[in-house]
Amino acid sequence: MLLTVVILLPVAAAAVLLTVPRLTGSTATWVWVVASLAELVLIAWMWLRFDPGTGAAGVTGGLGYEVDVQWIPTVDAGYHVGVDGLSLPLLGLTAVLFLACAIWSLRQSDRPRMHAAAFLFLETACVGAFAALDLILFFVFFDLTIVAMYFVIAGWGHGNARRSALKFFIYTFIGSLALLIGFIGLFLGGETRTFDMVALAQNPPLTDSPVAGGLVLLAIGIGLGIKTPVFPFHTWLPDAHTDAPAAGSAILAGVLLKLGTYGFIRIAMPILPDAWQRWAMVPVVIGVISVLWGALAALAQKDVKRMIAYTSVNHMGYVLLGLGAAGLAADADPQARAVATVGAVYQMVSHGLLTGALFLLAGILWSRGRSYAFNEWGGLARPAPVFAALLAVAAFGSLGLPGFASFIAEFQVFTGALQAAPVATITAVLGILITAGLFLNTLQRLLTGTTVVPDDRTDTDTDLTEPADAVAGGATATLARPRRDQQMTDVTAREVLAIAPLLILAVLLGLFPRLLLDVIEPAAVMVTDLVSR
Amino acid sequence: MSSEGQEALQLLPEMILLFGAVGALLLGLWTPQDRQWRVRLVVIIACLGSAIATVPSLGGPTERVFDDAWVIDGTTGVVRLLVALTVAGIAALASPSLSGHPRETEAYVLMLLGGLGAIALAAGGDLLLLVAAYLLASVPLYALAGFTKDARGTEAALKYYLMGALVGVLMLVGIASLVLATGATSYPDVAEALPTAPAPLVAVGVLGVLAGVGFKAGAVPMHFWLPDVTAGTTPAMAAYITTIPKIGAVAAAFRLVAEPFATSTLNVTLLVAVIAVASMTLGNLAAFNQTEVLRLLAYSSISQVGYLFMVVAVAARSDLGVPALATYLAGYAVTNVGAFAAAAAASQARTLADWATTIRGQRWLVAGLVVCLLGLVGTPPTAVFVGKLAVFSAAWDGGLAWLVVIAAINTVASLFYYLRWIAAAVQPDPVRPDPQSAPNGGGIAVDQQVLRGPMTTVYIAAVMSVLLGIGSSVWLTVALPR
Repeated sequence: MLLTVVILLPVAAAAVLLTVPRLTGSTATWVWVVASLAELVLIAWMWLRFDPGTGAAGVTGGLGYEVDVQWIPTVDAGYHVGVDGLSLPLLGLTAVLFLACAIWSLRQSDRPRMHAAAFLFLETACVGAFAALDLILFFVFFDLTIVAMYFVIAGWGHGNARRSALKFFIYTFIGSLALLIGFIGLFLGGETRTFDMVALAQNPPLTDSPVAGGLVLLAIGIGLGIKTPVFPFHTWLPDAHTDAPAAGSAILAGVLLKLGTYGFIRIAMPILPDAWQRWAMVPVVIGVISVLWGALAALAQKDVKRMIAYTSVNHMGYVLLGLGAAGLAADADPQARAVATVGAVYQMVSHGLLTGALFLLAGILWSRGRSYAFNEWGGLARPAPVFAALLAVAAFGSLGLPGFASFIAEFQVFTGALQAAPVATITAVLGILITAGLFLNTLQRLLTGTTVVPDDRTDTDTDLTEPADAVAGGATATLARPRRDQQMTDVTAREVLAIAPLLILAVLLGLFPRLLLDVIEPAAVMVTDLVSR
Repeated sequence: MSSEGQEALQLLPEMILLFGAVGALLLGLWTPQDRQWRVRLVVIIACLGSAIATVPSLGGPTERVFDDAWVIDGTTGVVRLLVALTVAGIAALASPSLSGHPRETEAYVLMLLGGLGAIALAAGGDLLLLVAAYLLASVPLYALAGFTKDARGTEAALKYYLMGALVGVLMLVGIASLVLATGATSYPDVAEALPTAPAPLVAVGVLGVLAGVGFKAGAVPMHFWLPDVTAGTTPAMAAYITTIPKIGAVAAAFRLVAEPFATSTLNVTLLVAVIAVASMTLGNLAAFNQTEVLRLLAYSSISQVGYLFMVVAVAARSDLGVPALATYLAGYAVTNVGAFAAAAAASQARTLADWATTIRGQRWLVAGLVVCLLGLVGTPPTAVFVGKLAVFSAAWDGGLAWLVVIAAINTVASLFYYLRWIAAAVQPDPVRPDPQSAPNGGGIAVDQQVLRGPMTTVYIAAVMSVLLGIGSSVWLTVALPR
C-alpha cells in the first residue's frame, strides 16, 4: 500500500494542480516542492524500514512492500510492485533529483502550473518504472516517461526544441517497441505464460532454445540500449539535452537513462541468464566502445551541454561493462562478478547525482547568458566564485576522483571486470584518462583567464517570442544585438539549494560507501547468482 | 434448440434495435421539427436496452440458432455490446449537427439499422446471411455518407455506393463458387467439405468473401472509398462510418477465418496477414502528408484495421484471439470516436492548422485529444495499448512473429502523423503575447465555433480510453466471462 501511495502521490499532486485554477505562479512550483519532499520522506522511510532478510535477497524473493493485483487476466499481466536492493537506490535517486529540480524551478515564469504538473507526472512514471515487478507495468511506466519528457522538451525547451523533442520521442519510442516485442517473446517462451518478472526470474523462459533466447535478448537489448544510451544508439541524446530545459536535462540524464541500465539488471540478466552468459561479451564490447566514443566525442564538443551529454554515454558505458562482465561466468569467480554488478549499480546512483548537478550548473550559464558555447564564456571564477566552486566539485566528481561516489563505482567495475575481461577493462581505463583531461580542460576554459560573457540576451524572458530566424541556427545561435555591459551574477540561494545537496550526497557516498553498499550488495550477489544458473 | 419462439428470444438484442428503429421512424413522423430530440432519446434508449439485453447471454455456451444461420458466442456478444453502446454514443455526438435538420429522424434510424447490419455481419454463421448482413450494413451508410447533400457529400456517397455494389458482386461470385465447391452455405458444413473441394473454386470463393468483409472494414485494397467518404461527410457521420461497420466486418472476418476457412488447404492465414501488413503500412504512409483532419483520421482508421486483421489472421491458431479481438475492438471504438469527436468540436475547420486555431485556449479539449491520439498510437495505459499487446501476443502465438515486428515498425511510423496533430494543437498561442490584438482578435468568434457537445464526448472518450486500459480485466470479465 505504501509503495502505491509513493507511486501515485506525484500524479495526484499534478491532478490537484490542474484542477485548482488558483494554484498559479510560484505557488504551483511550491506544490511540486512539497510533493517531492513528501515523496523523498516516504522513500527514506521505506528505506529505513526495508529489511533485506535472510533468504533470497531480491529479484526472485525478499521483496519489500509488495503489491500484486491482476490487471489483464488473459495474458497474466498485473499491477505487481515491490522494492529490493536494486530498486531502492534508484527510487531514492529519483526522489532526490526531482526535489532538486523542483527547487531549481521555483522561479519558473513560463506556464509554471503546467510545468510543475508535467514534472510531477514524470516523477510518477519514473518511480513506477523502478518499482514495477511486471514486464507490462514496467513498459507502461517506461513509455509514460517518454510521453512526459516529450512535453517537457517541446514545451519548455529552447533552440530547436520541437525538432529535438520529436527526435527524442521517435527514437526512444522505437526502443520501447523493441522492448515490447522482447517482452512478448518472454511471455510466449515461458512454461507458464506470464509477464510477472519474479515468476519469470524464478523459472527462466527460453532456456532450451538458444536462438529464440538470443533474438529476444537482442530485442530487449536494443530497447534498453537506446534508452541507456549506448553506442551506436546514442545520437538522440546530445540533441535532446541541448534543447531541453535545465531541469528536464537533469531528470533525463539523472533518472531516465537509468531506466535502460536498470532494465538490464532487473530484466535481461535474471530472466535470460543463458542468453546473457552466451552473449556477455557483446555488452562488454559495446560498453567499452561507449566509454571511449563518449569520452572522445565529448572532447570535441564546443558546447557545454553537449559535452556533458556525451560524458553520460561514457559513464553509462562503465555500467554496461560491469553488467557484461557479470555474465562471463566461465572466466571469473562469482565474487569478482558480484563486485562488478555492485559497481554498476553504484555507478547509476553516482552518475545520477553528479550529472544532475552538472546539467543544473549548465542551466545557470543559460539563464545568465542564453548560451552554452565554450567560446562565449571564460574566467567565471572571478565574478562567480560559488558557481566556480560548485562546478569544480561536480567536475572532479564526474572524472572519478577518490572521495566521490563515482570513484567507488568505477573502481568496483574495473576490479570486478578485470579478471573476466582484462583487455576490455584496461581499454576502458583509458576512458577515465580522457574524461579527466576533458573536465580539467572545461574548468580551465570556463573558470580561468579573463572574464568573458556572451552578448546580452537575458532581457527576453520568454524565448518563445524571439523571431524564428534567431533560433533557426540551432543551439548555439547568436543574436546580433547591441552589446551592453554584462556581468555574470553568482549563483542565487535557490540554485545553491538545488545543486549543493546533490554534490554533498555524491561526496557522502564516496566517503561512506557502506550506506549504499549494504543495500545493493545482497541484491547484486543475487543477480550474479541468477545469471550464472 | 427447441421451438422457433425460443430461438427468436435469443435475438432479443437485435430485435430491440429493430423495433427501436421502426418506433423511432414512426415517432419521427408524428413529431414536430423542433421536438425531434424525442426520436434521439428513443434511439439511445433502444441502444442501451439492446446492450442490457445482451448481458444475460454473455458467457453462455456457443449457440447456433435458425439452422446454424445465427451464431451467439463470445464474439457476437462483444460486438452486440460495442455496437449498441457506440451507436448510442455517436447518436449523442451527432445531435448538435443534426438537431433542426429536416431529415433528423431518418439519420438516427439509419444509424440503428446500420448497427443492426454490423451485428448481423458478426453473428452470421451462413454465407447467405453474410450477404444480407453486408447489404444491411451498407445501404443505410450510403444514405448517411451523402446526408449533407453538398458536392463533396454527393460525390462521396456515389463513390461509396459504386464501390459497395462492385464489391458486393465480387462477394456474391465468391459465395457462389464456395457453394459450388462445397454444396453448402452454413459455416460448419462448408468447413467440413472444404478440404476435399477443388482448390481453384475455393480460392475464388475465399478471395471474394474476404473482399466483401475487407470492404466493410476498410482494409487495403478495398479502402479507396474510405478517405473520400470520411472527408465528404460531417465528423459525426465519419465517426460512425469508420467505427460501426468496421467492428462488424472484423468480427465477421474473424469468424470466417476461424470456422469455414480454417480447414481450407489454402494458406488463408498468410493471405490475411498480407492484407494486415498492406493496410497498416499503406494507411500510415498515406496519412503522413495529410493536412485535413478527417482525411488523416480516415487513413489512421485504415492502419488500425491492419492491426485488427493481425488477430484475424491467427483466428484459428491461437486461443488468445478472442480476448485480443474483444480488447482491441473496444479500445478502437472508444478512441476512434473520441478522435472524431475532437474533429466535430471544430467541425468548420478542415485542416489541422484551422483546427488548432479554432480550439485555441481550450486546454482540456487539447488534453483529451492528446489522450485519444496517443491512445491510437498505442501508448500505455490506454485501451488500444492493451489491445495491441493482446493482438501482438496472439499473432506471435499463432506463429506470425514477423508480422509483430512489422506492426511494431508501423506503430513507430504512425507516431509521426499523430504527433503532427498534437504538435499543432499544443503549440503556444502566437497571438496571445501581443496584447494589442486581443480585443479585436478571434476570441469571441472562437467560442462560437467550438461545440460543447462533441467536447464532452472527447472528455468521455479520453477518460474511457484510460479506464478501459487500466480496467481491461473488468471489461473482459463482463464481455467474455469464463
